[in-house]
Amino acid sequence: MDTGIGAAVTRKEDFRFLTGQGNYTDDIARPGQAHAVFVRSVVAHANLRAVNTEAASAMPGVVAVFTGDDLQGVGGVPCGFAPDGGPMNEPPRPVLAQGKVRFVGDMVAMVIAETAEQARDAAEAVDVDYDELPAVVSMEAAQAEGAPTIHDLDDNSCFSWGIGDAEATDAAFAKADHVTTLELVNNRKCPNAIEPRAAIGEYDPAHDSYTLYTTSQNPHVIRLLMGAFVLGIPEHKLRVVSPDVGGGFGSKIPHYPEEIAVTWAGKQVGRPVKWTAERTESFLSDTHGRDHITRVELACTSDGEFLGLRVHTQANMGAYLSTFGPLIPTYLYGTLLAGVYTTPAIRCEVDGVFTNTAPVDAERGAGRPEATFLLERVVETAARELGIDPVELRRRNFIASDAFPYQTPVIVQYDSGNYEQVLDRAAELADYAGFAQRREEAKSRGRLRGLGFAGYIEACGMAPSNIAGVIGARAGLFEAAQVRVHPTGSVSVYTGSHSHGQGHETTFAQVVSDRLGIPFENVDVVHGDTDQIPFGMGTYGSRSLAVGGSAICKALDKIIAKGKKIAAHALEAGESDIDFESGEFRVRGTDKSVGFGDIALSAYVPHNYPLEELEPGLDEGAFYDPTNFTFPAGCHICEVEVDPETGTTQIVNWNAVDDFGKIVNPMIVDGQVHGGIAHGVGQAMLENCAYDEDSGQLLSGSLTDYCIPRADDLPSFHIETTETPCPHNPLGVKGCGEAGAIAAPAALINAITDAIGVAHVDMPATPEKVWAALQSAQGE
Amino acid sequence: MTLMVTMTLNGESVSAEVEGRTLLVQLIRDHFRLTGTHVGCDTSQCGACVVHMNGQSVKSCTVLAVQADGAQVSTIESLAENGELHPMQQAFKDNHGLQCGFCTPGMVMSALDLVANNPDPSEAEIRDWLEGNLCRCTGYHNIVKSIAAGAQAMRS
Repeated sequence: MDTGIGAAVTRKEDFRFLTGQGNYTDDIARPGQAHAVFVRSVVAHANLRAVNTEAASAMPGVVAVFTGDDLQGVGGVPCGFAPDGGPMNEPPRPVLAQGKVRFVGDMVAMVIAETAEQARDAAEAVDVDYDELPAVVSMEAAQAEGAPTIHDLDDNSCFSWGIGDAEATDAAFAKADHVTTLELVNNRKCPNAIEPRAAIGEYDPAHDSYTLYTTSQNPHVIRLLMGAFVLGIPEHKLRVVSPDVGGGFGSKIPHYPEEIAVTWAGKQVGRPVKWTAERTESFLSDTHGRDHITRVELACTSDGEFLGLRVHTQANMGAYLSTFGPLIPTYLYGTLLAGVYTTPAIRCEVDGVFTNTAPVDAERGAGRPEATFLLERVVETAARELGIDPVELRRRNFIASDAFPYQTPVIVQYDSGNYEQVLDRAAELADYAGFAQRREEAKSRGRLRGLGFAGYIEACGMAPSNIAGVIGARAGLFEAAQVRVHPTGSVSVYTGSHSHGQGHETTFAQVVSDRLGIPFENVDVVHGDTDQIPFGMGTYGSRSLAVGGSAICKALDKIIAKGKKIAAHALEAGESDIDFESGEFRVRGTDKSVGFGDIALSAYVPHNYPLEELEPGLDEGAFYDPTNFTFPAGCHICEVEVDPETGTTQIVNWNAVDDFGKIVNPMIVDGQVHGGIAHGVGQAMLENCAYDEDSGQLLSGSLTDYCIPRADDLPSFHIETTETPCPHNPLGVKGCGEAGAIAAPAALINAITDAIGVAHVDMPATPEKVWAALQSAQGE
Repeated sequence: MTLMVTMTLNGESVSAEVEGRTLLVQLIRDHFRLTGTHVGCDTSQCGACVVHMNGQSVKSCTVLAVQADGAQVSTIESLAENGELHPMQQAFKDNHGLQCGFCTPGMVMSALDLVANNPDPSEAEIRDWLEGNLCRCTGYHNIVKSIAAGAQAMRS
C-alpha cells in the first residue's frame, strides 16, 4: 500500500478515537483533583457593589471560593496584536472581575469543591450585588453620541485602521461608468467545537512547577502568554499539555482567563483544579467570530473592468480584546480584498468597536471569509447590474496565470495560482451550461432555482515573522520540529503544530516516511506537550503543513545530511559521492549502499564511526520561518432551490475546485473542505449569535437556540483540486483547512439572491428572511 | 442520599452508589472511567453521549443513572474485539468519517441502532437519522458514506 506523499492513507489516530480511547482534557482525572465552577455575570454591564461568598464557602464539599479581590496581584489576560503596533485602546481584562462586569458571562468568582456538582451548588449560593449600568450591545449603540463607556476611555472605540491608497481609489471612482454598492452584515458566529473547553491546573511543590492541561490549539503560546505576562512563571517551570482536542475552529487559539484561574488556584488549594465548560458556558464565554457591518463599493467600466474598491467596516471586538481579536478584521481581512482580481486601487477602513458582548476572535477563516463575502457578493451583484454573465465578468478581471508573483494594492504578494483554470473546471463540474434548463424544470415544480459563484483567495501559512512584527503581532510565527531517529531506525517526530482533527499524526508521518524511505508504521508524531516539544506556535490559519511540515522537512534534511556523513565513512567514500534515495545511502555510480536503519544503528553504536568529526546520535531539530504567506484559491458553485411558499432553501448541488498546491493526503484534504463548507453554509443559512439589544442577554445560548448544521441541512459535495505548487516552501503546499468556510457564504447567498431575484439577503438566510425578501420583491 | 444502581455494562455486572441526580453519562465516565462516551452539550442536542441501553440508542446525558438500574448498557468501548474494529468502526476509518473524534463514539453507536432497524439505509434515511448527532468537523459527507459502507459490511 502506498503511504507516501499524495496517497490517501487512512489515519493513524482513528483507532483510538473509534474505540473510545481518545484522551481529551475532560477524560483526565488527576489524583486528588478538585472541581471548579465559575460564577458568571448574569448582566451585561454593571458595577459590583459586593460579591458575598460566605454562604457558598459553608456549602458541603467546598474547598475554596475566590473573587477578583483574591487575584489582585495577578496580571490581566494579554492581547497579542495591535494593528501596526498601535495606537489601540487596550483596556485591562482581569481574570475575575475587579469591581465591574462587562458582558453576560464575565467571570465574577470561582468556586472549588470536591465534586463538580458540589461546586455548582455552591456557585448558586454566591451572592453578587450588581449595580446595573446601561449596556451597549450593537455597534451602533456603542458609537452613538453620549453612549455609556464600557472601559475607562473617552468612548467605545478600540482602533481605527486603514489599508490601501485612498487618493488612487477616489480617482478610480471618479472615472467609473458604474458603481455597485452593498451594505452587508457579516453575522456573529459561535465556533461550537463539539468538545467544550476544559482545563486542569496543578502545582508540584517538590519541583516548584506548574502543569496546565487545556483544550488549546497552541499550547506553547499559552505557556508563553500565561507564564510571561500573567502569572510570572518561567517557561521551565510551566508545562502546558493539550492532549486530544475535540475541534477548535479558532475558538481554542486564545488564552482564556479560566486557564489562568485553575493554574493559579491549583497552587492556592494545593491540589489539581479541574474545570469543564457546559455548552451554555461555551456560548457565553468562548470567543465569537465575524460580526462586521460593511459598506462596499465597486467601481467599474461599462464593460465590467474593475477600477476600484472602497470598503468601510465596523468590527465588533466584544467587551475585551481577545488574544488575536484586533488582527482578524485588519490584516487578515483588508489584505485579501484584491481577491483573485486585478482591481488596481483599493481602500479599506475599519473601526474596531467595544460592546457589552463576549470577546470576538478567530473563527474558521478569520477575516478571509468576511473579505471574500463582500467581494464576491459585490462582484456577482455588479454582473447582474451590468448584465454580464458572472463567469465572464470574473474572467475579464482575473489575475492572469503568467502574472505571478503578483503584487496586490493591499500589501500582499501572491505566490502562484491559475484562477481561470479553477473557474473553468468548477463551471464544468457544475454543468453551468445546463443550468438554464434545470431552472426551467424547477419552475415547473413550483421551485425557484438559483446558482451562485464564489471565487476566493486566502492567505495561509502564517507567517513571515518579520512581516508579522511590522504589522503588529507580538510574536514570531515560525514553527519548530524535532526528528528523533531511534537506534533501530524508527522515528519520533515532535511538532509544534497541534492537531485537533486535522490528522497530523498521519499526514506528517507520510512526509517523514516518504522522505526517509522508511515504513509509515515506523513513524509516530508527537504534539501538544510543551515538555516534549522544543517549541511551537500551534495550529490556525491553515498553517500546519505549510509551516509545521516545512520545519519537519528542514529537520529531515539535517538527518539526511548527517546520515550521508556516517554512510560515507561506512562505505569508504567521499561524502559528496553519497546519494540518498528510497531509504538507501548509495555511492554514486557503484552498487555500494547502506540502508537507513543501519546508519541509524551506527549513529547510536558508533564503533565504525567518524567520531573525530561527528557526534553520535541521529536527532535533529529545526525552526522554519516562512518567506511569504501561501495563497490557496478556488471556486465554489452552489445551486439551490427555494420554495416560494415557505422561503425554505434546499442546497441541491455543491461543486468546488480548490488549488491547495501539492497535496500530501487527498482523503484528509477532502474532509477539510467538506467541513469548511459546512461552517460556511451554517453561517449563511442557519447560525446567528444573537444578543438582546437592550439587556445584552445572549438569546442563542444553547444548541436548541443556535442552529449548527445537521446532516439533513447539507448535501453531499462534489469537490476536486487543481495544483499550482507553492514556490517557497519545501513541500509546495498551501493549506486547506479554511477554504470551504471562506468560499461558502458568498456562493450560497449569491445562489439564493439569484433564485429569488433580489439584490441581497442578510445572513443567516433563514426561511423567514428569504420569504420576506421574496414578498417585497414581488410587491415591487 | 445515595441510591444503589446495578447494571450490565459492556457485558459485566457492575454496581455503584449514586446520587438521585447523577446522570448515566457521569456514572459511565466518572465512576467506571469509561471515557469514550463524551459530553458535548448537556441538552440532548449533540449526541456525543449516545450509548445503547437494552439494545436501543439513548443519550446518556439525559438518562438518570438510576433509570439504568437493571439495564444492559453498552458503550463504544464494547465494540472492538481483540484489537479488531467492528465493521462500523472500520467503515468510519476507511471513509474518513471522523476528524477530531469527539462526536465519533456517539455517531458510531447511533449508526448501529439505525442499521439494526434498517439494514440498508439510503443516504436520505441516514441524514434524517443523524438529526440527533452533531458533527462540526466533517460536514457529514464522510459520516454518511461511512454508515452506508458499515451497513453494507454488516449485511455481508
